[in-house]
Amino acid sequence: METKKTSLYQLHQDCNAKFVEFAGYQMPIQYSEGIVEEHKFTRNHSGIFDVSHMGQLFIYGGEDLIKDLEKIFPLDLKNLKLNHSKYSFLMDKDAGIQDDLIITKTNEGFLIILNAACKDNDFKILKELLKEKYKMVLDENRSLIAIQGPKSSEILNDVINGVKDLNFMSGNWFKFENQKVYITRSGYTGEDGFEISIANDFVDQLTRELINKGSKLIGLGARDTLRLEAGLCLYGHDLDKDKTPVEANLKWAISKERISKGDFIGSDIIIKQLNDGVSKIRVGIKPEGRIIAREKTKIFNQSDVHIGEITSGTFGPSVNGPVAMGYVENEFSKKNTKVFLEVRGKKHPASICSLPFYKKSYVKGVN
Amino acid sequence: MSEVKYSKEHEWIKLDGDVATIGITKHATEMLGDIVFAELPEKGSSVQKDGTAGVVESTKAASDVYTPVSGEVVDTNQAIVDDPSKINQDPEDSAWFFKLKIKDPSEMDTLMNKDDYDKFAKETSA
Repeated sequence: METKKTSLYQLHQDCNAKFVEFAGYQMPIQYSEGIVEEHKFTRNHSGIFDVSHMGQLFIYGGEDLIKDLEKIFPLDLKNLKLNHSKYSFLMDKDAGIQDDLIITKTNEGFLIILNAACKDNDFKILKELLKEKYKMVLDENRSLIAIQGPKSSEILNDVINGVKDLNFMSGNWFKFENQKVYITRSGYTGEDGFEISIANDFVDQLTRELINKGSKLIGLGARDTLRLEAGLCLYGHDLDKDKTPVEANLKWAISKERISKGDFIGSDIIIKQLNDGVSKIRVGIKPEGRIIAREKTKIFNQSDVHIGEITSGTFGPSVNGPVAMGYVENEFSKKNTKVFLEVRGKKHPASICSLPFYKKSYVKGVN
Repeated sequence: MSEVKYSKEHEWIKLDGDVATIGITKHATEMLGDIVFAELPEKGSSVQKDGTAGVVESTKAASDVYTPVSGEVVDTNQAIVDDPSKINQDPEDSAWFFKLKIKDPSEMDTLMNKDDYDKFAKETSA
């Protein structure tokens, strides 16, 4: 299959992007200034991310759709306010995570943002589960960009008036060049920011205007260091079909209301794990010194027993040191527990820590 | 002091008497991106031509550093361990990696001169 290009490909080239293939797309890994500078620029100013490879699934429907989606997602969608968003996951019957996603209630139904590598499979699964009762569009005609960092609200509001009044994890329709754009105040960097869904033909113009106002394009490399510092999971690494939301330490994203009813896919396992506990759990891991423990690094306890594995690990430019997360046996998951990481044949000391590694308070409407 | 020579693994080497100073090339740092970790061989250890003699890591990945000649490690550059970003800033001078007391000067003859290396780097990265 030929690799796809997003509508911003030309702009990426104009900005001297280095490209990598990611989930079947040619995506920018970094631009000329490099990952560390791009990371810091996002934390201190404003960065734009092309996330058009991600799936934008629109499902149209009313009360019936809410009931049917509640059988799939562990969310209280009935009481979710119009234009509000929730983080969730698509699980199999064993509560294994098939994808993690953001779902937003719109005036016509729901918008679900899916991972690029999972979107086609998600679409098939959801279509089957919903028995083709609803119109579903995995929209290839729209692009998705994120603008993240402390100056983003001001910059985006200069171009699209009114966005600065959005609360965190909520959205609305706005206009750009007479085009309908859907903007949510959200993101995946640990910074204040927005995600903008816009027609392919207009994304280049919008992005160039945001750059002219002082924002910069940021590649997937810095997106990864930013999300890891923020303690956020990457599907296919920190999350997969062999892990449940309880094991992934994401039980905060499961609605208590829905657990009491227990009528969603995977609910039997979720309820059992919430009551009995889990044998492995996702934790933050801080190596001592500068050693970087990457994905698949083995974790040992103080008696040299293998107790788990790193699922994401890199150097955190804002933390100015190595950061990692992974899964360990539950009894070793307490904060400050000493562990050892096997890197290139040597065991290096590290400790279990709370996430995120880097925290900044969101402006308003924190929920 | 002899001319600087280069290896296919993108190390540079400068010989002064029987002591060689070794580092990685500017081209290597450009391919790696921001270097955030460096590990050097132990002082007093012996290293073999084309064997691993250190590690550099960027935010993206780890890469081995090889030694272009055999010898005994007589000095290492702690400054690049403490601040690996120095490697990106000045790779072919102050950010050297280690110094070797070399065993066999003829090993130097197997390496490239600057023109050949520049050509090699251009071809392999194209």
